[in-house]
Amino acid sequence: MSVLVLVDYNGDSLDEGSLSAITAALQIDSEVDLLIAGENIRGLAEATAKIKGVHKVLLADSPVYAHALAENIAPLVVKLAGSYQAVVASANSNGKNIAPRVAALLDSQQISEIITVVSPDTFRRPIYAGNAIATVQSADEKKVITVRATAFEKAAAEGGDAPIEAVDATEDAGLSRFVSVDLQQSGRADLSTAPIVVSGGRALGSPEKFHALIEGFADRVHAAVGASRAAVDAEYAPNDCQVGQTGKIVAPEVYIAVGISGAIQHLAGMKDSRKIAAINIDPEAPIFQIADIGLVGDLFEVMPELIEKF
Amino acid sequence: MKVIVPVKRVIDYNLRPRVKTDGSGIDLSNLKMSLNPFDEIAVEEAVRMKEKGIVKEIILVSVGVAKAQDQLRTGMAIGADRSILIETDENVEPLHVAKLLKAVVDQEKPDLVIAGKQAIDDDSNQTGQMLAALLGWSQGCFASKLTVADNKIEVTREIDGGLETISLNLPAVVTSDLRLNEPRFVSLPNIIKARKKPIETKKPEDFGVDITPRLKTLKVEEPPVRQAGEKVESVEEFAAKLKEWGVVA
Repeated sequence: MSVLVLVDYNGDSLDEGSLSAITAALQIDSEVDLLIAGENIRGLAEATAKIKGVHKVLLADSPVYAHALAENIAPLVVKLAGSYQAVVASANSNGKNIAPRVAALLDSQQISEIITVVSPDTFRRPIYAGNAIATVQSADEKKVITVRATAFEKAAAEGGDAPIEAVDATEDAGLSRFVSVDLQQSGRADLSTAPIVVSGGRALGSPEKFHALIEGFADRVHAAVGASRAAVDAEYAPNDCQVGQTGKIVAPEVYIAVGISGAIQHLAGMKDSRKIAAINIDPEAPIFQIADIGLVGDLFEVMPELIEKF
Repeated sequence: MKVIVPVKRVIDYNLRPRVKTDGSGIDLSNLKMSLNPFDEIAVEEAVRMKEKGIVKEIILVSVGVAKAQDQLRTGMAIGADRSILIETDENVEPLHVAKLLKAVVDQEKPDLVIAGKQAIDDDSNQTGQMLAALLGWSQGCFASKLTVADNKIEVTREIDGGLETISLNLPAVVTSDLRLNEPRFVSLPNIIKARKKPIETKKPEDFGVDITPRLKTLKVEEPPVRQAGEKVESVEEFAAKLKEWGVVA
């Protein structure tokens, strides 16, 4: 019995979280098939066929699958799931939207955001905002699993030569319709995958200061920009910059937290970073308890000085 | 229209949970429990729709221990009309909650279900999607804006990279994200009023739903502890360290 991975993409490029999901799938079983669904995505299917270790690529090319509506994609996955022991997806916004719908239709209790494959039926996953790690064993015949991207290496994008098999499209469920999308065009590195992240908190005080001091420094060192929930709520930064339990989970090489106290919900999103640096005016801020290096100081004085040093 | 809002009793979000030393789970004894923050947002949204005249009745449903009554009272103090508590001491999983909610939906026939996007204890983010699947309804997950018009609901969703708007046929299931609204503080008169609102108590068996867990928790452990590093005195030292780590212009 093999594993089916639902591959996600943004525009013309594969979602990097899907490459991590493939690595997790290969730890469950050596035979891993990919499903890629969308409209006019032959080129993407060819790219996925080159991913190392892939057995077969199933291509569902139809207008029905444009915009990844869960009501349309879930029946397709369920139709194909028959011969697989597990269905795996990245725990990104599409995976979180679609996978539970698939799981319920298969009468399976999904296992969300796994960080370790212990065995084909046993997995580790964080609970309580990352304050505990649970090891769970699934009794379901078919596992439905989402994978935390930062916990698994990405599968190599080259080195494979899998056959591509077109699959028939299911009907339009007719329940929902795409209206519009508003993507933040920053031109910066992607927050989820960038090796360096510079994050700002409420202490920045205004969108102007956030732009000058956080984005200014991030651009200087080619980093992605993150923000605490407080900074997003205060509209210093857009929603999709939020790092935390309820935003994005990141684990860059270097995470630089500026004016962020380090609430539980924020730490859940970044405490697996390789190195953490923190600047805060409060020496008692919880962020210093996990930072590898800390600087106690007024960010309005420190940041302009720091920017000059790079 | 009629709205159902599922709500969950969870550890208060300000508290740091402790893992039991025997690794069997989380020690919740004597900890403050609250309404799951995303569910509070869901209730608030339903109440705002009622205040605009779009919604006639709001029913809360909770699956859990008898004490979940406290959280149902909180939701009714925000403005929900009545509650159903499906009482069990079992640890219920999202699939089972979705099945129980489906049974309630079949009985109450609401036009809309507004759930929270995830509970802050199990962090699953599944129940709303599973309910939509079991009902064969449309779903609008991670909503930051809802607009009802002409038997449809337009949902603006928070997705990776920005916002997406979709239009759903009603009935539908939507799940609330943080920025859907800011829940109100409940006033004392409303807390008192909520005491008089009805809570109907049921059991999972009443709906014929088997809630035997599918996932067995073998172990719960503390995450690896990070050691606090050093504090430096100057921006020079701080910058030098960052450069050592590979942060360069």
